[in-house]
Amino acid sequence: MAGQPLLTVRDLVVEFPTRRGALRVVDGVSLDIAPGEVLGVVGESGAGKSQTGAAIIGLLEPPGRIAGGAVHLEGQRLDTLSGEQWRRVRGRRIGAVFQDPLTSLNPLYTVGRQLTETIRTHLDMTEAQARARARALLGEVGIPAAGERLDAYPHQFSGGMRQRVVIALALCANPRLIIADEPTTALDVSIQAQITALLKRLCRDHGTAVMLITHDMGVIAETADRVAVMYAGRLVETGPVDAVVNRPLHPYTEGLMACIPTMHDRPPRLAQIEGAMPAPRAMPPGCAFHPRCPLAMEPCVSMRPPMVARPPSAAACWVRAPEPEPVS
Amino acid sequence: MTAPRDGIGAPGGEAVLVRLRGVTKHFDVSPPLLARLLEGRRRQVLKAVDGLDLDVARGRTTALVGESGCGKSTVARLLVTLYRPTAGDMIFEGVDIGRLRDRRALAPLRRRMQMIFQDPFASLNPRWRVGRIIAEPIRAHGLLDDPAAIRRRVAELLEHVGLRAADAERFPHEFSGGQRQRISIARGLASSPHFLVCDEPTSALDVSVQAQILNLLRDLQRDLGLTYLVISHDLAVVRFMADTIGVMYLGRLCEVAPADLLFARPRHPYTRLLMETVPDLRRPDRDRQPLAGEVPSPLDPPPGCAFHTRCPLADDRCRQERPGLRDDGAGQVACHAVEEGRLPAWRGAGMPGG
Ligand SMILES: Nc1ncnc2c1ncn2[C@@H]1O[C@H](COP(=O)(O)OP(=O)(O)OP(=O)(O)O)[C@@H](O)[C@H]1O
Ligand SMILES: Nc1ncnc2c1ncn2[C@@H]1O[C@H](COP(=O)(O)OP(=O)(O)OP(=O)(O)O)[C@@H](O)[C@H]1O
Ligand code: SF4
Ligand SMILES: [Mg+2]
Ligand SMILES: [Mg+2]
Repeated sequence: MAGQPLLTVRDLVVEFPTRRGALRVVDGVSLDIAPGEVLGVVGESGAGKSQTGAAIIGLLEPPGRIAGGAVHLEGQRLDTLSGEQWRRVRGRRIGAVFQDPLTSLNPLYTVGRQLTETIRTHLDMTEAQARARARALLGEVGIPAAGERLDAYPHQFSGGMRQRVVIALALCANPRLIIADEPTTALDVSIQAQITALLKRLCRDHGTAVMLITHDMGVIAETADRVAVMYAGRLVETGPVDAVVNRPLHPYTEGLMACIPTMHDRPPRLAQIEGAMPAPRAMPPGCAFHPRCPLAMEPCVSMRPPMVARPPSAAACWVRAPEPEPVS
Repeated sequence: MTAPRDGIGAPGGEAVLVRLRGVTKHFDVSPPLLARLLEGRRRQVLKAVDGLDLDVARGRTTALVGESGCGKSTVARLLVTLYRPTAGDMIFEGVDIGRLRDRRALAPLRRRMQMIFQDPFASLNPRWRVGRIIAEPIRAHGLLDDPAAIRRRVAELLEHVGLRAADAERFPHEFSGGQRQRISIARGLASSPHFLVCDEPTSALDVSVQAQILNLLRDLQRDLGLTYLVISHDLAVVRFMADTIGVMYLGRLCEVAPADLLFARPRHPYTRLLMETVPDLRRPDRDRQPLAGEVPSPLDPPPGCAFHTRCPLADDRCRQERPGLRDDGAGQVACHAVEEGRLPAWRGAGMPGG
């Protein structure tokens, strides 16, 4: 990757303490995002995608906590910030967009008021300047007649328009990074296309980086530059989107890509990955995927595979990405 | 399977299992009476389904697709008699199920049609063991009395959906999402239905689990001769499952065609818009230009063709006159442009310049 990464995550561990010991839901995740880049994060439900995103933006739900690793944004360490310090970073340098726009909007305030308040929290602006910026932002996210819409309440907008308002809110202070967790999952395809086009335009025009968490591989294929695949709390593969989709290394990624139906043909059967992902409490030893893996061999059942670079991708698999012989 | 396969809806009867004609469902969504009196607000009727004509072929899969709120689930609920139609006929093997008032007359029909819901988490009673959940329809319809016979039947159903007989002793929370959807399918099959209405059967599941469930549904259809109505907003799922597809827009069908034909040559401009906007894993369009236009409110549908506000081919006639569903041998389409022969050729979704 050219240039300095904007965000670096190293060996991130997220745990939930319970009476029966700590539940490890993110287990040693490392990733980088460059300025202007869209990193797609995919994987089975419960794989730890949302917890990874929440840890990066300091919004883990207690008692969940970062139990290891480090997160840096443009050189500044984030995972050790206090609540007070976070308030100057979150919303200002990192914005968040979640699946349900209603959780991010206050139904009692007009959209314009929510935008201007957020803008004035982060930027030194007069009311009039903030209102002008709010109008420009609404226009930028594709809301027609933005000036008139400032005085509308969230319920007067459609689902897709509300999600665009949430994106406008996330953009108020020109953040460097947006964490978007399933931002289009609740929306119809036509509106989804508007939102993903908007995210891509932000990356191109403002150099904003986006961490796009979603189940939808079609959205990833059209939106992401690189993809990180998670399984059972761990990263199993990262690489450029075309390589991960069309030339996957890890057997889980391969299985995932093969079982997705397409509009272009009707096979008699879909490929299947038998079984189910283990729960955090019942993690098998070795590679977490080995009980379902058609390629599993001796080391897979006992030793955890490290991430090994196989340009242009990297994967954690004893068979597909064996550790290179040490050169000495 | 040893369950009886006779009676209403059995394989081998007429080619059409369910015939819908002019089926309509209106919901009264008026503001409360007080608001109407004090603020002078009017009664409001939401036309969730508005004059639907559809034939569901026996032993085949008919699918309904369309954007959120277009009325798909309402059709499903009408079919399994959870809702009563405001107007229209719903003929299931010669009986108009929409007009049956008598619960006893409905009971044998209901046994023949079951619904699989979207959310396998919400639709299973968490306090019941799986065996009891699956046996419930058998008991409710009085199909078997002997506890040992019920146990055998439950074991058979569990194995049919790829679970183990011993799973009958466990509780729903001990299963993954995909396994829970298998349990709800086993429950759906317990009364030996011939007709399964599957409303978004996999949209709450991971794609890897989705593949298991879709394969299972197709295997069951092949082995048992089941008739399916599958509802999904996912065109790829519909492509894999369906023999015939109905595309809905704002409570009406705008196109009905055999699946192969619909995907090879979609004709209604809305069907084309759908196919062009679905991001595709295998043929991604990274420069996709989203089409403008919001879905109109179902409370205030546009006059004329309901799609005219978003249609690139709309003209004055489209804005005034509602196009009817016309059958021209290659399928049914409700579009003036198609009728007038001014529809451009289709170059295919995901094709360069398409
Ligand atoms: N408050 C909590 N207490 C304990 N465990 C939790 C809590 N929240 C999440 N988890 C667990 O953390 C794991 C990872 O969850 P996460 O929400 O990150 O998954 P995800 O990959 O985002 O899945 P999805 O695709 O379903 O959103 C899951 O096993 C989940 O059960
Ligand atoms: N019980 C009800 N009372 C009032 N309105 C209803 C009711 N059920 C559905 N509607 C309305 O009828 C329309 C059709 O709803 P329906 O649930 O059939 O849509 P759908 O196509 O299944 O959508 P989705 O893809 O979101 O599930 C919607 O506008 C909905 O708000
Ligand atoms: S009838 Fe007119 S507006 Fe409706 S889809 Fe056809 S061309 Fe478009
Ligand atoms: Mg999540
Ligand atoms: Mg529905």
